[in-house]
Amino acid sequence: MSTAAPARPSPVMTLVRFDAVQRTAHWVNALAFGVLIFTAIPLYFGSFFGVVFERHTIQMIHLWTGVFLPVPILVSLAGPWGRRMRADLRRATVWTRREVRWFRTLGRTPLDADKFNPGQKANIIFVGAAIVVLFATGYILQWFRFFPVSWREGATFTHDVFAFVVFAVVVGHIYMALTHPGSLASMFTGTVDERWAARNAAGWLNEERAADAAPAPSPGAAPQRPGGSDERA
Amino acid sequence: MSQLSRPDVEKVHVGRRAFLGLVALGAAGVAFGGSVQRFVSSKVGSGLGGLLPGGDHFRIYTITGSFPYVSRRKYRLKVSGLVDHPATFTLDDLEAMPALTMVKDFQCVTGWRVTNVHWKGVRLSDLLANAGVQPGAVAVSFDSYDGADSESLTLDQAHLADVMVAYEMLGAPVTLEHGGPVRLVVPQMYGYKSLKWLSAIRVVDRVEPGYWEQNGYPVNGWLDGATGNTNPNPSLT
Repeated sequence: MSTAAPARPSPVMTLVRFDAVQRTAHWVNALAFGVLIFTAIPLYFGSFFGVVFERHTIQMIHLWTGVFLPVPILVSLAGPWGRRMRADLRRATVWTRREVRWFRTLGRTPLDADKFNPGQKANIIFVGAAIVVLFATGYILQWFRFFPVSWREGATFTHDVFAFVVFAVVVGHIYMALTHPGSLASMFTGTVDERWAARNAAGWLNEERAADAAPAPSPGAAPQRPGGSDERA
Repeated sequence: MSQLSRPDVEKVHVGRRAFLGLVALGAAGVAFGGSVQRFVSSKVGSGLGGLLPGGDHFRIYTITGSFPYVSRRKYRLKVSGLVDHPATFTLDDLEAMPALTMVKDFQCVTGWRVTNVHWKGVRLSDLLANAGVQPGAVAVSFDSYDGADSESLTLDQAHLADVMVAYEMLGAPVTLEHGGPVRLVVPQMYGYKSLKWLSAIRVVDRVEPGYWEQNGYPVNGWLDGATGNTNPNPSLT
């Protein structure tokens, strides 16, 4: 409702939400997660359904996809090409108290959303931690000889529990993407327009406008809302 | 306005805390998950609840990717090698022999376990005694109907009182995916030693490492705590 003057015919400002490195990392990571989930299903449920399948092949695909899983994220974070990735990771991990409250109240308190809302930030943090846990427990399961059997049992249990939660989170993530076409599109094109930003990431929009204001005052940058943009560190 | 909202915009390292918390949770899961699992499986059993993490459920492995089907009528177990009386057993022959029943945990080398699995079958030592092991024999090799898997035990291990050629599991004939109609059960060792779809027992003069041992698993797959010398003395029925 707070979209100020959306009918103005002036050129709409476009903001870069994800650069090519981030998009590539996301989709490679998504593909890896997809392979892991699809190979996990027969590995986990095979005994229950008595399914006949090429277990060893599926196991190897699961194993090596898992070993590969951290690579796109680590590569996209490292090096000079990872500037945006690192900046966004900082955004996801450092919250304001207002964001904490928004998250606790499940979105019922006011928020000039940052580039990512607290739900998205929580998703980033959870997926990051889950990768570490699944990688470590998967390592114990595969190269079990170096670990006592009680650890192997614990690793099996933990790997299963985290896999179940990750599955739920991934399903939720895909659901949110499909019901928010603008967000989804930006993971393909890299950009969002300012109307999307005003609706979904007003705090970030103000930030970007302030950064743009000095070099080239675009017509879209005119209506600054007071008091909303002091969240920059 | 901006004075009032100061506490709101103060930064909190939520991400670092949540991340480390989750990783710590995972580490705790590795340390204590086995106990949790045993507790959970005692509650949910092996029904539908067994599908949940921690529930009792077997994970079915095959080397070849398929289960070799042999009907109960056509099933044959061949005993040969360094024995006085090579023989071939039908399922009826095995069922006519003195039966052993035991309840054992099934422990996989990769870390899953199923508690209290009920087995019924014939002692391997009885089969060996009937066949008459010749001097010079050192080990026993086992072949599988899948044509790929194999296993071996030393003669001492093969004579442990709980090493069994099983035809019943959990109160019913051993199912195809669990290695039926007849499989080996070596409860003091990891599951890979309990060869499925047992087709032949060969008494030999040296340990022939089985399929999994050729792929890097220990030849002696003792469980932690298994001495192999103390007979667990399972009940004979």
